[in-house]
Amino acid sequence: MLSDHAVSILIFAGIDVIMALSFFLPASAGQLSAGQGGFMALGAYTSAYLTVHHQTPFPLALAAAGLVGGLVGLAVGFPALRLRGLYLVLVTFGFGEMVRVLFLNAPAFGGPAGFAGIPPATTIWYVLGLLVVLVYFFTRVSGSRMGRAFAALRDDEAAAEAMGVNSTYVKLAAFAAGGVIAGLGGGLYAHYTLFIDPEAFGVGRSLFVMLYAVFGGLASFWGAVAGATILSILPELLRWVKDWREILYGLLVLIMMLVRPQGLLDAVLLARLSARGERAAARS
Amino acid sequence: MSEPLLAVDGLSRSFGKLVGLTRLDLTVEAGGIHAIIGPNGAGKTTFFNLVTGALSPDGGRIRFGGSDIGHLPAYRRTALGICRTFQSIRLFGSMTTLENVLLGLHCRTRGGLLAPLLGVPFRRSPGEVAARERAVAVLEMVGLATKAHQSAVELPYGEQRRLEIARALASAPRLLLLDEPSAGMNPQETLELEALIAQVNRRGVTILLIEHKMSLVMKLSKIVTVLNFGQKIAEAAPAEIQRHPRVIEAYLGS
Repeated sequence: MLSDHAVSILIFAGIDVIMALSFFLPASAGQLSAGQGGFMALGAYTSAYLTVHHQTPFPLALAAAGLVGGLVGLAVGFPALRLRGLYLVLVTFGFGEMVRVLFLNAPAFGGPAGFAGIPPATTIWYVLGLLVVLVYFFTRVSGSRMGRAFAALRDDEAAAEAMGVNSTYVKLAAFAAGGVIAGLGGGLYAHYTLFIDPEAFGVGRSLFVMLYAVFGGLASFWGAVAGATILSILPELLRWVKDWREILYGLLVLIMMLVRPQGLLDAVLLARLSARGERAAARS
Repeated sequence: MSEPLLAVDGLSRSFGKLVGLTRLDLTVEAGGIHAIIGPNGAGKTTFFNLVTGALSPDGGRIRFGGSDIGHLPAYRRTALGICRTFQSIRLFGSMTTLENVLLGLHCRTRGGLLAPLLGVPFRRSPGEVAARERAVAVLEMVGLATKAHQSAVELPYGEQRRLEIARALASAPRLLLLDEPSAGMNPQETLELEALIAQVNRRGVTILLIEHKMSLVMKLSKIVTVLNFGQKIAEAAPAEIQRHPRVIEAYLGS
């Protein structure tokens, strides 16, 4: 059996993968969000509040966390209809900060002192279960009609609209679905750490989530999975350098982005891997 | 006489101090090939952008098939049967040739984000199988079926232009707007393009054609509209248009 320490590393890595996927979904439609930490906070506080103050069973509270993330994602999607690229990054960044400050000033949620006494409920099976569902979702959607519309919008928005893609619908759907995933990630996080405060979901969180997905490569959702897994386990592997750990971590990320600016899994590598997979399937 | 397929009335659009189009009246009869020519900056592409909904007009009406479409978003107009190609090629770079054409079928197929989660894998769903058959048929028509699984942006230039036409055709348009389809093509490619446009038109698709190559305009079109400085300066059959004094003036200067 795995040690408690190993399980804890896996749970945090799993939540990081979930968060990276929540960034990847709108990004696959060309919508870059620097506010996924905000959705995560909404999910975490929703689930914590419901279980502590209303004795809601965890699965239900977790579903509510996803729902709140999705509804707010829909709302954040509206300004995204008019904004592109860097401007959208700034607006979503502002959204994340707004959520953080909101919880900082909400006594019902503990304010700056944080929210303690959250019942333990998240197990490795919850995390793995959600990951299996998400991998199934992404494999099915990529290459589907909507998956293609997402890619078209990312490649060339005006051309996509001219070909009959309703960009309003696609963008809102992408933000809402990303919000659902981040809300679920937040719920799982809250019921594992058992204590949350607004600082856990600030700019740093949003940027790390972005880094995971970009590091892994945006050509496929597998990039977000690989990037988040590697980058959240890496600090554990670097323990032996002690004080130099964070410097070495930053250096490794820097070198990687210089060597493979397209991310770990770029389109070329993915094509090679899938060709090999198809050959293996043909042999068996 | 039956109602024209497309009728614009007093269509205007400016860009700050720059005039794009000034009170343009233009009708396109169903079934033919209608060419639009004029010097650079005459407002030809602005006209296309207004008809397809990429731009909204400052004033004027756009009627298509008898109903007012001036306030519809671009994707609704595509669903009604207006589709276009672009002056500078705008294929989807991350997709294969086939996927580009499948995107053209977007408005003719159904299924949202959650639809692929249930039932058989999406690739084998009845809607997708039918869509792929149609996409392959369109690719055969433009002669690109053997390149279906290549990256679209790695095709030779002339084939990228044909793929743009194929992508637009996949949406089953009643009116196809071609924005300088022969730009950058060599004489051989231009001849093949001419045959393709004629073939598409024979299948019942009305064509609006912006074109600089006069040979193509003269051979293909039934009627030619000449724009200059955002206004219509002449409209006639191709043989007459070459002799029109205002056209000669616009092209050669007075």
